[in-house]
Amino acid sequence: MTEHNDNSQNPMHGLWALTNRELKKWYKNPFLFFMTIIQPIIWIGLFGRAMNISGILTNTPVPIPPNLSNQILEKTFGTSDYFSFMSVGMLSFVVLFTTMFSGMSIVWDRRLGFLNKVLSTPVARGSIAMSKVLSAVIRSLVQSAIVLGFAFLIGLTFGPDFTPLNLLGVFAALFLISLGLSSIFILIAIRSTRWETQMAVMNLLNLPLLFASNTLFPINLMPDWLQAVAKINPITYANDATRQLILYPIDTAKLLFDFAYLGAFAAVFTAVGIFLSWRYLSK
Amino acid sequence: MSGDALVVEGLTKVFNKNLVAVDHVSFTVKEGEIFGFLGPNGAGKTTTINMLITILKPNEGNASVCGFDILKHSSEVRNCIGVVPQEYTADEDLTGLENILLCADLYGIPRGVSKKRAEELLELIELTKFKDKQVATYSGGMRRRLELACGLINRPHVFFLDEPTLGLDVQTRTATWNYIKLLKKEYGMTIFMTTHYLEEADMLCDRVAIIDHGKIVTIGNPAELKERLGGDIMTLSIKDSNVDISSVIEKVPRVKEVKKQEGTYRIKVEDGEETAPSILEAVRTEGHKVTRLSLTKPTLDEVYLEYTGRFMREEEEAKENIFAQRITMRKARGGQR
Repeated sequence: MTEHNDNSQNPMHGLWALTNRELKKWYKNPFLFFMTIIQPIIWIGLFGRAMNISGILTNTPVPIPPNLSNQILEKTFGTSDYFSFMSVGMLSFVVLFTTMFSGMSIVWDRRLGFLNKVLSTPVARGSIAMSKVLSAVIRSLVQSAIVLGFAFLIGLTFGPDFTPLNLLGVFAALFLISLGLSSIFILIAIRSTRWETQMAVMNLLNLPLLFASNTLFPINLMPDWLQAVAKINPITYANDATRQLILYPIDTAKLLFDFAYLGAFAAVFTAVGIFLSWRYLSK
Repeated sequence: MSGDALVVEGLTKVFNKNLVAVDHVSFTVKEGEIFGFLGPNGAGKTTTINMLITILKPNEGNASVCGFDILKHSSEVRNCIGVVPQEYTADEDLTGLENILLCADLYGIPRGVSKKRAEELLELIELTKFKDKQVATYSGGMRRRLELACGLINRPHVFFLDEPTLGLDVQTRTATWNYIKLLKKEYGMTIFMTTHYLEEADMLCDRVAIIDHGKIVTIGNPAELKERLGGDIMTLSIKDSNVDISSVIEKVPRVKEVKKQEGTYRIKVEDGEETAPSILEAVRTEGHKVTRLSLTKPTLDEVYLEYTGRFMREEEEAKENIFAQRITMRKARGGQR
């Protein structure tokens, strides 16, 4: 009659199945898929081109010598091309906005009863939260790859130390930041039954996280207190790492520190996420 | 295993320190039995199921499922059970087949095995034709069948069904019962189900526990419970409503109780069909003309009334549950989102 002894107990099995469920909901829905692809392209087109910082310096009442204006830009942004500065920052911006929503699906799964159903199966509790994290990571990496490609098409200029191999580093940094961020957003959602709460938390966090970082503007021109916040913000380190790899001459010590910081950030929050989902997913 | 698929001892769950949802509930379910938990919404049925399927920890008491302790060996329990929750949990964006395979993956069943099982189950529940269609397009009955298939993919020993026909119309409900019977015949598992439809308990269950305010008020098989009420109920009127012939009727063998209510006699009898002619004869011998006669078999409705002192009622519930139920109802009614 029953033959459930042949059910192998591979913990990764359930993890991938649940991750794939999330991904299928995304790539099998043509409209949703299109929207998530087109959104970063619109952002980069708007933000990148609307904020014409170089324009401020060339369109002055008293003409500034182009040499000088380039030096000002170089000193402020580390590159004379604000569009490049900003479009690399867009990579972590996209990661932030994609991972932010990862918590929402756990709230829906709870409300619709799917979570209970999964909890009644032998799937590891950690896998349930990690599947949400992983799917957010994969989606945000795909989106940032599109941003990078599009930015290159409309005028991103690579720095002196850039080689295609650096892209591996770029995606490693983005992987770490998205792992950490989505773990945080899942953690917030893990006990929540109301998506309104989740929305409120997201709205509270997203813009501060974005502005208190070097995504749009370098932090050394910020007031001290804001600099202090930005220096804790992991997004700052993700941006620094990706900018070094794409735009700037590479400062190995600084790059290593960026990766160490991101690695620690991702490791701590992923571990906390797995731990708390063991504890709190069941009632 | 000692022939008992489920042994429950003093199971208790208290929410928020003072809301006793399940109050020292004890019962056993034999291997191969269909056991029903009957009670109104909010009686503690789902809470009991949630404890038995290891997603809710009891405050007191314990239980074993397929011989495994729900507290100490929860992962063994999870492996040997199948669960069909009240809500429609299938993912609307995926197809029927994808949903079943997803469930299989959650049990770690290798793809080769799960594909074969999925096809077999789809055949049984007659969804083979729709297996590659998105669940969003399924009707309520189809969704329910899909849930049944998902719950059976790991060939469970004990199958838990929480309100298996909630929100379905009468026809679909009957059809769903037939599928449950068919699956039971095919796979021979023990079934533990909750319901607040009396006919459902009557139709499907070998034994029924009536639960009210978190306590079991009685357990027995439906026929036995009805029997305990004291037999069938016959009502009879005669032409001359001024005379009282109660004493005449009481003398007829197997008549247990006679009450005269406004010209009609309410008679509790054993074996109603066989006793009725004798009663008629006795009344006629006395020279009275019978104008009206009816015989009703007691239903679980009456059993329920007898034990809880009221008809099935609805009770207030947590907002969250109401929301989930509303969605369930909406999905049950049609494919639209």
